[in-house]
Amino acid sequence: MREELITSGRMNPLIDPYLNAWHWQIPLYLFLGGLAAGLLFFAAYFIIAGKENKYQTTVKYGPIVALGAIVIGLLALVLDLKHPAYFWQLYTTIRLDSPMSWGAWVLLLTSVVSVVWIGSYLKEAFPKFGCKIGFMRKLLKMIIKEKDNNSWDWKFNWLQKFEKYAQDKRKAWAWVMVVLSVILGVYTGILLSAFNARPLWNTAILGPLFLTSGLSTGAAMLMIMTKNHIEKLAYSKIDLLLIIIELFFITHMFMGFLASSEVKVEAAHYFLGGAYTVTFWINVVILGLIIPAILEALELLKFKIPVIVPGLLILWGGMMFRFIMVDAGQVIRYLY
Amino acid sequence: MRYGMAIDTKKCVGCSDCVVACQTENNVPHGYSRDWISETVEGTYPELALEIRSERCNHCDNTPCVRTCPTGASHVIEGGIVKVTHEECIGCGACIESCPYDARYFHPDGYVDKCTFCDHRIKNGQDPACVAVCPTHCMYFGDLDDPNSEVAKKIATRKTKVLAPEAGTKPQIFYLI
Repeated sequence: MREELITSGRMNPLIDPYLNAWHWQIPLYLFLGGLAAGLLFFAAYFIIAGKENKYQTTVKYGPIVALGAIVIGLLALVLDLKHPAYFWQLYTTIRLDSPMSWGAWVLLLTSVVSVVWIGSYLKEAFPKFGCKIGFMRKLLKMIIKEKDNNSWDWKFNWLQKFEKYAQDKRKAWAWVMVVLSVILGVYTGILLSAFNARPLWNTAILGPLFLTSGLSTGAAMLMIMTKNHIEKLAYSKIDLLLIIIELFFITHMFMGFLASSEVKVEAAHYFLGGAYTVTFWINVVILGLIIPAILEALELLKFKIPVIVPGLLILWGGMMFRFIMVDAGQVIRYLY
Repeated sequence: MRYGMAIDTKKCVGCSDCVVACQTENNVPHGYSRDWISETVEGTYPELALEIRSERCNHCDNTPCVRTCPTGASHVIEGGIVKVTHEECIGCGACIESCPYDARYFHPDGYVDKCTFCDHRIKNGQDPACVAVCPTHCMYFGDLDDPNSEVAKKIATRKTKVLAPEAGTKPQIFYLI
């Protein structure tokens, strides 16, 4: 038997009795980052594959949701900082060693590229200028002029020119986006796996696992958004495949832990009988992966399934996965 | 030049004088601490072994906290002392997450704070506050690269251990056991 305790009354807030430095902001940000990565990946992929006509919702509306997710995610990240007014210091340095530095820069680049993307599709996505909200209308009027038949155009010549340029070079933008979205998706996992002080996080499989989960939530979101039956069915198939890969990665993660050093075996036991067993297996694996996979398989077998059910379940599972990993990772620590 | 410490677990009685000395010397805010005392009990009654250790930042050779810092606020100064530039710290917590010793904490003023080996004292040739105040003289501070320093001699002649060597951080605080 071995027992260890701190006897000097050390009780540093957020560190003791167990590490609690990262709260809801980081997992939310990881979830939204993964979701955005998924949405942008599919939009860019279907442009490169030349299937943008079949996947209208994906290329036109997906990136708008992605940008919204990135903005909310960044807001959560800033809220997490203990000195939020200094957040700009992330952008005065580039540190290749630090995953957080990578993330800050990739998020910035991704949001710039997705703004260009959304701008180039804006006329197709919203052909009529029908904004009813007063201040939004005023704001939009600063860069947009209304035309008589209720359609609209950019107010400035250079915006029109830039739109034309973005539309002509769409494939090139799509390639940039594919690379950025994969880096963003992997980064959400690498952020955690770079900490070798946290046995649960310190596994390289977290990168591909979070990427797959992000793609899966992105596909689920698009499945809910689209009104086109063919697009819906395609995402059902894609999601089913992604869920199977994810289950495989999760199994692999635990196998890796159980074959590793003592702290990692202990980390795995938190999920295989320990404190996180019920939360993890019910929310992430059963509700978030297995049930949606069954529903999607039934849908492919021509059963009528309301697509919102597997869609929301996948989003729920993806979010819970981040929350549980961040929380459990901080509780599980080295013992000496 | 490589600053380090040797702490004699056979002499330490766990009085917490080092903790209080540090809090006073470094103006550590109330309710926080940069160093602390750990007690480990091993075995089953009646074969019990007790070890008392004064712990703090290990000023590692391989510093995960400096690596993960996104702004460069965490850095290593001469002598291998790991420090945080308060004005550059945004309080993201990455260094706190990356420390296997939980040696860093959020200062209420919005930056991350930790042991500095009292670099303001050692500049003047004094020992860190915790070492200077220890009533059982169980702590030794000095240059590990100098074989004639007291700390290097203690490490050379006694059996030593470091904390969580499996974390790969190469800690520079040695416990004499």
